[in-house]
Amino acid sequence: MELTQEEKNTIVEEVSNILESYNQDRENLVPILQNVQEKVGFIAGVAMEKIAEHLDIPAVDVYGLATFYNQFRLNPPGENEIKVCMGTACYMVGGEVTMESFERRLDINEGETTSDRKFSLDRVACVGCCTMAPVIVRNDEVEGYVTPTRVDGILNELSPGSGDNNYENSGESQVEQEKEGAQKNE
Amino acid sequence: MRTREKARLNRKRKVPKKMSNVSTTEKYSHLQKEATEKISELENKTVIQVGAATCGIAAGAFDVKQSFEDKIKEKDIDATIMEVGCMGHCYAEPLAIIYKPGYAPFGYGNLDKDLVERLVEDFLVNDDPCYEYMMVALEPNDVFPTFEDFPRGVYEQKIILEQCGFIDPTSIEQYIARGGYSALATALEQNPENILETIKEANLRGRGGAGFPAGIKWESTQKAQSEEKYVICNGDEGDPGAFMDRGLLESNPHLVIEGMAIAAYTTGANKGYFYIRAEYPHAVKQVNEALRQAREKGLLGESILDSSFSLEIEIFQGSGAFVCGESSALVQSMEGETGMPQSRPPRLATSGFRGKPTLLNNVKTFAFVPHIINRGIEWFLETGNQDSPGTAVFSLVGKINNTGLVEVPMGTTLRELIFDVGEGIPLEKEFKAAQIGGPSGGCLPESALDIPIDFDSLTEAGAIMGSGGLVVLNEDDCMVSVARYFLEFTQQESCGKCTFCRLGTKHMLDILTRITKGEGKEEDLQTLKELGEDVKAGSLCNLGGTAPNPVLTTLKYFWDEYEAHIKEKRCPSLMCKDLIAFYIEPSKCSKLCNVCVGTCPTEAVYTREDGLKAIDQDKCVKCDNCRKTCPPDYDAVVKLSPVELLTEKEG
Repeated sequence: MELTQEEKNTIVEEVSNILESYNQDRENLVPILQNVQEKVGFIAGVAMEKIAEHLDIPAVDVYGLATFYNQFRLNPPGENEIKVCMGTACYMVGGEVTMESFERRLDINEGETTSDRKFSLDRVACVGCCTMAPVIVRNDEVEGYVTPTRVDGILNELSPGSGDNNYENSGESQVEQEKEGAQKNE
Repeated sequence: MRTREKARLNRKRKVPKKMSNVSTTEKYSHLQKEATEKISELENKTVIQVGAATCGIAAGAFDVKQSFEDKIKEKDIDATIMEVGCMGHCYAEPLAIIYKPGYAPFGYGNLDKDLVERLVEDFLVNDDPCYEYMMVALEPNDVFPTFEDFPRGVYEQKIILEQCGFIDPTSIEQYIARGGYSALATALEQNPENILETIKEANLRGRGGAGFPAGIKWESTQKAQSEEKYVICNGDEGDPGAFMDRGLLESNPHLVIEGMAIAAYTTGANKGYFYIRAEYPHAVKQVNEALRQAREKGLLGESILDSSFSLEIEIFQGSGAFVCGESSALVQSMEGETGMPQSRPPRLATSGFRGKPTLLNNVKTFAFVPHIINRGIEWFLETGNQDSPGTAVFSLVGKINNTGLVEVPMGTTLRELIFDVGEGIPLEKEFKAAQIGGPSGGCLPESALDIPIDFDSLTEAGAIMGSGGLVVLNEDDCMVSVARYFLEFTQQESCGKCTFCRLGTKHMLDILTRITKGEGKEEDLQTLKELGEDVKAGSLCNLGGTAPNPVLTTLKYFWDEYEAHIKEKRCPSLMCKDLIAFYIEPSKCSKLCNVCVGTCPTEAVYTREDGLKAIDQDKCVKCDNCRKTCPPDYDAVVKLSPVELLTEKEG
């Protein structure tokens, strides 16, 4: 996913603002990255270069950290962020099936964003709500007991129409589908 | 003489400038008096406490709180609504406790809007406590059981979780009014050496998993010569399936802060850090607020309680790397490096954060400290067993009836924990294994359930105590798949420093993946065993040193399951996708029902010419939707393994 020059400029500007409140100390690297991710949503290449320049360290060190820790994402998040918990308890009761259902519906793999940037899909190690497994986090809101049948509902609630069919075909009208279904039943 | 002295001090207390003459305990009792006064405002008033830790919020605590607020406003009732933490009964979330003058405090679980409205109307307005919806009474009474009367109440002994879920974590007064921070006040009047002796004699062992005696760590940090020293609280709870530290930090942060302050005083540190995972935003918020309040009350900052001791505590948010639970890796990550464990010595106690002596303990370890100071060594040694005194906190999850946080004395057996405290396995399924200690732990079968829970016994059985995650598995869980899951986790989280951990786990994972796909070879099992031993021996830190545990224990206890996968291409628990097929029994299927067709996400389920349903195996993604939605009256969808059974069935 390529960023436009305009997007890059905004990111650099935002990052520069953030950097103002930090001194050159290397200890600030993780907090800076966290702050950038919070404000910008992800750690873009241009952001890493800017941070490296500020801390006077090689850009590869920043890249190393951003890829070492699970918290940081390198591509823009979708308008709606969906995180599927893959903790032990969730895995045992079908977290993976839930993840697959999202992947199938959105037609992306985990860690990716849909081409219209409406949805992004990620896995998280554990959100600590194991008693409600399988759990997903939708836009910072935890939802428990998510079965594949609930997946369509969630997508529809977040963006009407998205859960009706495979994501790429979501333009197809509901009526047509029903017709098709009726024919099959006949 | 003494009374005169007190009177003199009392007079002085009114003049803030001269307060430095007042002893810390007196300064503290002043604080406590203030807090008690503030709390007493709530006496004889109706108070509703809504459990709002992360788990409660996820279950809908905020909606419940809103419903209470709306209804109370509508009925014009004078009541205070308060957010509290987690009391450990997660299976009943969202829950609330209602204190109404004239009644024992009553707890209600599984709340929703309708139930809330009914409670307000029937109980708060009309004096009917709705026994039919009641879950528990919090004080002994003639009409309703208390938590002590619950099956788990017999075993549970709450020390560090005692106040969790019953006090407002954002109100320092509630903590102080119940005696909070008194241990700090007592400690500040003693020699650091005395406190160290207390901790050593109480034999407090680190609750992070390894069980290293806290006293030894404290002693070496105390002895280390340096102007600057640090105390770090390890809240990087990276184990999937565990949430004890989160629960504690969200529900009673002041207890941990107090423990840290005592540790800092003992070891001579003036700066402390909470290392909390960024995935726990609610915990970060609660601790931040608690720190602010503690500063405001003079319990943190310069000259704490007017003593000569100063301490500042900050939060550092961990960015989510399992290996950062290891102490040297944790320090690395705080210094802005990738979290790679370092070889020891030097230990943290001599050269830790910024190269200075650093004391690092788990959240729960610190939480025990104030209790030990307050109640004494003898009291602590009476609980638990000889080599592991005190209690253990577990998060019970998985296929168990009573999910939640429990605190039991060390030495309780796993059987008691699962079948009595947790009340067994739901849906009359068969127990298969207890996964204890997360990715570093092991899977213990039925036959190993009678071992007592303590640091040493569990290690002997091949598992570890870990920080306390306990996942219960039943007959539907495939042990090969479980082992693969954990190895996949540790393989991804391996920092890459040691070859055996980096490549050995990868190779083991490849083998396990092959087995779950039905492509395993007979010699694989021997290779797995050997590799597992090598990875354990060839890794610097405990991530690699324990990563093969889930594989080795499942090999030891569930050998036959591995063989079934390899020799028969069969998954006995019908879990491994590549080894199962979904099939609709024509004899059970009803022509009148279309549920499975409707729920199939890939249109694999279709209606045959005779009206019965069938599955197109090429399209089927094995999502289990059709089997789950098939009405229990028919129960027509079955899983078959090995896949060859399908040809038999379909003829």
